[in-house]
Amino acid sequence: MPASALTGSRIRERRIALGLKQSALAQTVEISPAYLNLIEHNRRRIGGKLLTTLARALDVDAGQLAEGAEATLVAALREAAASVPEIQVDRDRADDLAGQFPRWADVLVAQYRRIVALEHTVESLNDRMAHDPHLAASLHDILSTVTAINAAASILVDTRDIEGEWRDRFHRNIFEDSTRLSEGAQALVGYLENAAEVDLGATLPQDEVGQWLEAKGYHLPELERALPADPDKVVRDAPSINSNSAKVLARRHMDRYRADAVKMPLGPFRMAAEELQFDPVRLAQRFGTDMAAVLRRIATLPQAPRAARIGLVCCDGSGTLTFRKPVDGFALPRFGAACPLWPLYQALGRPMTPLRAMVELAGRDPVRFLTYAIAGPVGASGFDAPPVIEATMLILPVERAQMPDLPVQRIGSSCRICPRQACDARREPSIMAAGV
Amino acid sequence: MGKRVLLIEDEPNIIQAISFILSRDGWRVDTHADGGTAIAEVARRGPDVVILDVMLPNRSGYDILQDLRADPATCALPVLMLTARGQKKDREMAERYGASRFMTKPFSNAEVLDAVRAMVLT
Repeated sequence: MPASALTGSRIRERRIALGLKQSALAQTVEISPAYLNLIEHNRRRIGGKLLTTLARALDVDAGQLAEGAEATLVAALREAAASVPEIQVDRDRADDLAGQFPRWADVLVAQYRRIVALEHTVESLNDRMAHDPHLAASLHDILSTVTAINAAASILVDTRDIEGEWRDRFHRNIFEDSTRLSEGAQALVGYLENAAEVDLGATLPQDEVGQWLEAKGYHLPELERALPADPDKVVRDAPSINSNSAKVLARRHMDRYRADAVKMPLGPFRMAAEELQFDPVRLAQRFGTDMAAVLRRIATLPQAPRAARIGLVCCDGSGTLTFRKPVDGFALPRFGAACPLWPLYQALGRPMTPLRAMVELAGRDPVRFLTYAIAGPVGASGFDAPPVIEATMLILPVERAQMPDLPVQRIGSSCRICPRQACDARREPSIMAAGV
Repeated sequence: MGKRVLLIEDEPNIIQAISFILSRDGWRVDTHADGGTAIAEVARRGPDVVILDVMLPNRSGYDILQDLRADPATCALPVLMLTARGQKKDREMAERYGASRFMTKPFSNAEVLDAVRAMVLT
């Protein structure tokens, strides 16, 4: 299949044939020219509503632009080949394989996708086994219960002249503990089985708050109004927030959200953000506020239809992640430490200095993002006490803003799952080494 | 009157079992389930031996052990640490903080009894 048969190339050919400028077409379909450029060079695959909108703007049927199943298969074969760089293959001949042996090509692609899914499962399970406090507590409880049963049973077996009252008590203890052991083991099995699912459930207060915010798209309209809702009632009504710790965290998040909303009212801020291409420094100047607040505000704007999601991550002075708004292609570790090369941590080392960086996440399909990061003190500080520092990083997918001409920094998610073996910042070996 | 052992553990049925076997062996057994007030309880009871669980409510057994070793009155007190975590690093931590003995759950009654007896002999 010639390259010109791909969707992006067809879009480009059609646009040029119509005498349309790239920027004009991008404006018509409400995407950035940078994103359209990526599409036209077949670096972003599209479908659904955006394809339909582009087809309408170009006055052709969407089917004429679409690549069809064969092209999808060819793209998947090329992706599979790229995942094994040590084997040299002529990727341009993937279409020959798909054309001459389509069923064999299907098998190859299915196995490749299976490997990707299994790697994701390994990643999730490893994350859980290594750092999950619930798992550690469950195992401790089971071992303690086994110890109690063993101790009582030994007494009953070894003590010939045991008094009736003690004998009855240890029999009762064994019964109670064996029931507790059975329930604990069942709960643990259920818990581990769920680990293979994508949604790992909330085990930490931060997870409870994260699930609640995820369900709301991280935007809280009840706090945008001139007379905002009672935060305590909002927390009470939140289905995933159960623990007292999670309630405290949610309340703290809402207090900060409300303060940001007052400084940067939704309507004017949304317009300014689009106008200034999410430039946080200029937005901070326009609204007379700090850059960290602007980054938070951008990340909590209502999700625009068809637009790629914007991510946000915060950490405290120890580097512990305290807030996560994930975005596709930029995995934020649920437990444990993240990649030390993140601009978030560079900001932590240079407080009050705004950092802008183009990053590329390691993975089978490396994805690039524009990041803005800043660190600064939070709360009241005084003499003779260390300042409390927080770092904030906004994660912008390339299609959401004009990309500046910056060198690309290669980063990962966390060392345990990062495939970049030769990395000066590596803390420990990766489980994604060959053989997993 | 037998020697006194203070069992600091929060699992009621483990407390009952260990208390039973030590009492039958002639020990006078006191028990305490709260990590936060364990140091005060040691001072109040003045035991000959302490059996100390690592995971306790309000305070870790390791923290309690550190305080015991920092106090001249209890720096040489025999302490048997009990834990469900049997990794090398846990054993090393117990040794570093000054545990006389270290035992991982599940343990047998005989092991506990032998360890407590040995600690007062050495």
